[in-house]
Amino acid sequence: MSDNNFKVKVGLAEMLKGGVIMDVTNVEQAKIAEESGAASVMALERIPADIRADGGVSRMSNPHMIKEIQDAVSIPVMAKCRIGHFAEAQVLQALEVDFIDESEVLTPADEEHHIYKHPFKAPFVCGARNLGEALRRIHEGAAMIRTKGEAGSGNIVEAVRHMKMIVSEIEEIKNCNEKILKEKSEEMRVPIELVKYVSDNGKIPVPNFAAGGIATPADASLMMQLGAESVFVGSGIFKSEDPKERAYAIVEAVTNFDNPKEILTASYKLKDAMKGLEISEIPEEQLLQKRGD
Amino acid sequence: MIGVLALQGNFSSHVKVLGLLGHNSKLVKSPKDLDDIDGLIIPGGESTTMTKLINRDKKFLKSIQLFSKNHPILGTCAGLILMSKDSFDSKVINLGIIDIESTRNAYGRQVHSFDTELSLKHVSNNDSFKASFIRAPKISKVGKNVEVICTHNDLPVAIKDGMHVATTFHPELKNETIIHRLCFGDK
Repeated sequence: MSDNNFKVKVGLAEMLKGGVIMDVTNVEQAKIAEESGAASVMALERIPADIRADGGVSRMSNPHMIKEIQDAVSIPVMAKCRIGHFAEAQVLQALEVDFIDESEVLTPADEEHHIYKHPFKAPFVCGARNLGEALRRIHEGAAMIRTKGEAGSGNIVEAVRHMKMIVSEIEEIKNCNEKILKEKSEEMRVPIELVKYVSDNGKIPVPNFAAGGIATPADASLMMQLGAESVFVGSGIFKSEDPKERAYAIVEAVTNFDNPKEILTASYKLKDAMKGLEISEIPEEQLLQKRGD
Repeated sequence: MIGVLALQGNFSSHVKVLGLLGHNSKLVKSPKDLDDIDGLIIPGGESTTMTKLINRDKKFLKSIQLFSKNHPILGTCAGLILMSKDSFDSKVINLGIIDIESTRNAYGRQVHSFDTELSLKHVSNNDSFKASFIRAPKISKVGKNVEVICTHNDLPVAIKDGMHVATTFHPELKNETIIHRLCFGDK
């Protein structure tokens, strides 16, 4: 692994800032996403809301389906592999997927370890609920972090919790002395250099995006105002009554996240959002965010 | 004061580089933001997304074109594509600010992205600088009054057309100031 390789991977994450990454399950949806201004699409067979409803083991998508989407759009195409399933990741890299999401939305393949991501040429994005989790993934080689939120729920509450947690933990270690940083690094199980970087720069060393439960332009604005640099929208678009209009409205909302009048204008055009789930009504063992630490 | 188009993409790194040169900067999201700036950067990101967001306001395209008559514009990667005369893709608008033709994602997908060192032609102090090519475009045709200021493997990767500068790579990801200085000077 060269440091050079890592920076090239983070480079693409930098280019996706201020944008929307949309889940799509077929060529038609991918085209709608691109035409609506998506900065990237996530190709997967079933969106999280359906994975949640269907149950069973959820694996990497069929490469044929991913390839069709790659051929249909010109924006970067992402795809998911199971946590710890480095062979799925190798297949996705061979397919030249632009970003690999080692995702808790799929059924984990390894309950102890995530993929060691540094040797890969393809960049990885991983979910996190707190700073320790984010830094462990970055140490393993993740080039982008996103909040886990609670995928497929249409409920923003968990993404808010995770983003606020990460931001407040960053604030907490800003300008701390060496001794406290050492303790923090042991607590988080990451090298002191990573913790020092966060303390010195007031940010994690890779872009920090929001995901999990974003369904409206105001949800996107909320996450951006809380510190997200871009948003992933999973089930929120193609589970709504007006995917095309909603996709574009969320793109507009991310660009103008700090301008309430623009969020209002973007929201006016929309019909009903997806039906959301109350988190406390999801059985504990079905919470996707608990997968991987 | 230099503006940085902030519709989508990596505008924050450009703000940082402008700061290294002592320039004040502001984010540009609508035509009226062009009023009080002396130059503009169109950053890297997705050219299809930026097209969609420029087209939101009917006046935006014309305003940038008008601005370019009297002010320098720097474009990197997607910025170069948007500034081109043509990039042969109906999903992307071309401002026609520089007399070149370009091809999107011409090196292939992200696994073909790379970092390298480059140097500017015809510069007496010919220091090399670092550059990132991220899903980079290629310049497929150069107009007769356009100066190729940098090549990589014999291909043009940076050009100057009058006061405007455009690169297929990202100097800003490496905190390099040489290209920004060429376009906007030191403060």
